[in-house]
Amino acid sequence: MATETTDYNVPDSGSKFAAASKDFETEHLEVSMGPSHPSTHGVLRLNLELDGEVVRKCDPVIGYLHRGDEKIAENMTYNQFVPYTDRLDYLAPLASNAAYAMAVEKLANLEVPERCQAIRVVTSELARISAHLLGIGAYTMDVGALTVFMITFEEREKLYTLFEELTGARFTTSYSRIGGVTRDMPDGWMDRVLAFCEQFLPLLDDVEALLTRNRIWFDRTADVGIISKEDAIAYGITGPNARGSGVDVDLRRDVPYCGYEKYDFEVPLGENGDCYDRYAVRMEEMRQSVRIVRQAVAKMPGGSFYAEDAKKIFAPKKEKILTSMEELIQNFMITTEGPDMPAGEVYFEAENPKGAFGFFIVSKGGGVPYRMKIRGPSFNNLSILEKVCLGGMISDVSAILGSLDFVMGECDR
Amino acid sequence: MIAQDLKSALQETCPGLEERDSLDWPAFNCPVANVTGVLQALRDNHGYDALMDATAIDNGVEASPRFTVVYHVFSSKSFAYVRIAADCEDDENPVAPTATDLFKSANWMERETYDLFGIKYDGHPDMRRILMWDEYPHHPLRKDFPLAGFENEISDPEIAANTGVKVKPAPMAGGPFVAQQSSFESKREPAAKDESWSEKNEKPEK
Repeated sequence: MATETTDYNVPDSGSKFAAASKDFETEHLEVSMGPSHPSTHGVLRLNLELDGEVVRKCDPVIGYLHRGDEKIAENMTYNQFVPYTDRLDYLAPLASNAAYAMAVEKLANLEVPERCQAIRVVTSELARISAHLLGIGAYTMDVGALTVFMITFEEREKLYTLFEELTGARFTTSYSRIGGVTRDMPDGWMDRVLAFCEQFLPLLDDVEALLTRNRIWFDRTADVGIISKEDAIAYGITGPNARGSGVDVDLRRDVPYCGYEKYDFEVPLGENGDCYDRYAVRMEEMRQSVRIVRQAVAKMPGGSFYAEDAKKIFAPKKEKILTSMEELIQNFMITTEGPDMPAGEVYFEAENPKGAFGFFIVSKGGGVPYRMKIRGPSFNNLSILEKVCLGGMISDVSAILGSLDFVMGECDR
Repeated sequence: MIAQDLKSALQETCPGLEERDSLDWPAFNCPVANVTGVLQALRDNHGYDALMDATAIDNGVEASPRFTVVYHVFSSKSFAYVRIAADCEDDENPVAPTATDLFKSANWMERETYDLFGIKYDGHPDMRRILMWDEYPHHPLRKDFPLAGFENEISDPEIAANTGVKVKPAPMAGGPFVAQQSSFESKREPAAKDESWSEKNEKPEK
């Protein structure tokens, strides 16, 4: 506990309360918010120093969910690590599965068939919708609007039913393999995806009707937690949070991967970089995702869903393993020693729901990475908290946390 | 082509710069003392305005130089990445200059590298652990750190029975916010100080 007058250099966060108690001799109160707090969405902890209700210092404490995924990755083959990627960004496991597989395929210099790319685009975009639905639902609930949460969770439930049909699991999908996906889409699945899109857009309009011009919502979020464009770049913020601040970067458009250059979509940008803009960007991104999904389904190419000629990377089909000696040996080698990878270094980033999800792989050949660094976008997105919370009210902290839409699984890794 | 142009431009600020083997983006090796100079030249003259990733590689216990710090910078205008790598000179106590003055994002990423590799960043404003707890004695991503942790005389019998490895329990293993006062005390972690009883040891009857 510190007893000083507030001659701190409080940066101008745009809050009208910033200078509220400059003339008073006040005692600062240290508050530990989290790690088990409803608005910290997981196990984030903030050490706050409060002057009345105004935040004077914010020290985020992370690491409560650290599982040593990078160490684990050094001790297993590339395919064995796929289930761990579910647990990185556990709100969009399909997207992190695909990002990991694409990073390793970049190392192997392996082109996957167009059908596989299109399946990954559809699943990643559906994962983006599901992650943004949760993000917006929890965000609005944190600032006191419960109805939105009911709508978004019902939609998310429908998506999870689709994921279950496709992958066999609702949450921990493990859908990618190096060089392809685990299985092709079931019959009629694409029609059900289109049917979902059809009924989803009107519900998104309902959510907008509840929020976008809502006075209370506007008061809670507009001009709160402003991140300038320069700060967003300097702190390494990516994804919807950066685009909310007007940073015109979307890796799907700018560094195209997985065939994203074939689809028409727009990249929404915010102007002020406040909590409201980040909400608005996410709402528009969901519409654009629907647009991409519709295009991908309409143009879904035929052919194989995995790289059939990559015999040292993708395990052969089960019926061939049981009948043919060569495939049996292949399967044995891939399972025990891992896929055959060249030596070298690659860095790959994919535009995941939370931002640029990166893998830096150092390979010395063989089936096990020598070093794998995982760049979780939430890690960088949270590092700005110590600046953006300053000078605001403590009730703004929940709004800021909700608008940053982080997930601790990839932050702590 | 970009790699060649960049190389000759960067060699003006750092004569010791060499190309590094890479499968994707242009990559350069430079002496560790010049890392900040190279990063600054990339940021100011070439538009690489975002530091996306800063990490390190442990080249093995026997290797010398043992630790390599790696930076990935990204240009939000030309949408390209560049990788900068530098070998730390001291294998026992590796030190690298900090990039926090150039990129704010370096703050947490260098703390993470310090935490997991034990590389100290010279001039870093806040060189604390970030993922592991403050009192943790090891640097887990070093190659000589075993996957299950180091074996220990005072191991936890339950963990040893389950895993076959005699390791210490993590300080939070008794449940959140429960810690033995004698063995674990942190200013950063909230902990119940009076812990004569816990989940495992029953509450003594008075």
